[in-house]
Amino acid sequence: MTKSVVKFISNFEKEEQWLNQMAAKGWHCIDYVFGRYLFEKGEPGEYIYRIQLLKNPINHLESTAYLNFLRETGVEVVASYSRWVYLRKKAADGPFDLFSDKESRIAHYKNIIYMFLPFAIMNLAFSLKIFTGQTVPGLIHVAAVVILSIPIARCYKRIRRLKKERLISE
Amino acid sequence: MVPEEQGALTEAVFYILLSLHEPLHGYGIMQKVQELTNGRVVLGPGTLYGAINTLVEKGWIRPLVDGSDSRRKEYLITERGETVFLQELARLEELVRHGKSVTRSEEQ
Repeated sequence: MTKSVVKFISNFEKEEQWLNQMAAKGWHCIDYVFGRYLFEKGEPGEYIYRIQLLKNPINHLESTAYLNFLRETGVEVVASYSRWVYLRKKAADGPFDLFSDKESRIAHYKNIIYMFLPFAIMNLAFSLKIFTGQTVPGLIHVAAVVILSIPIARCYKRIRRLKKERLISE
Repeated sequence: MVPEEQGALTEAVFYILLSLHEPLHGYGIMQKVQELTNGRVVLGPGTLYGAINTLVEKGWIRPLVDGSDSRRKEYLITERGETVFLQELARLEELVRHGKSVTRSEEQ
């Protein structure tokens, strides 16, 4: 039995949480295509889900090597969207976290910031249209800057906290 | 030769170097470390992948290239890695010695 759910979640950590809540109820995500999640009914709590932003495009050699490495460790690649990958592992295999130290968590958040930042800067530049009399298009770009700033600020906050904690432990 | 400046190793790097005294692939390292530490240290595959690549770059471990077409790459510690590992072990022994000396004197 399968069901599909249409949902847009901009916060990847919330998205991950939601996939794990669904999995706890026995609904395991088996595909994702632009806002549409496909779930398959199975044993409650059978899988643990994780979402990661890869450093390189999904078809890049480096990404292929990394995903193959993950597969060797029992991780399944459920779906991918742009550079985001949806991963899962059997809960019976034990805990599943992609990163086990602060350094690599910081690197992942940085990677996310670097993805959003060029778009934010581009929109910021276009929002200057306001001053040339093009108020409406300018405001649309202002709105885009605000929306893009949310994940950037969130990741930045996480990094700052991790860096502070890193001063006393890894 | 001027010795490379060497700070404390991370727990992940220490256990990777320790595990690779015998040839192991990535998943083998994860399993061995988990076993040794009774599940206390579970290396995340993302963290492990990054660490392996960095250690290969530094020449502390090396991939074993064998004739078989096995997709699982195995790694082994190098001489340079062994030197670093022994240095770290000496540093840790010093920490333990100092730590124990304090707790012992408190017990008395």
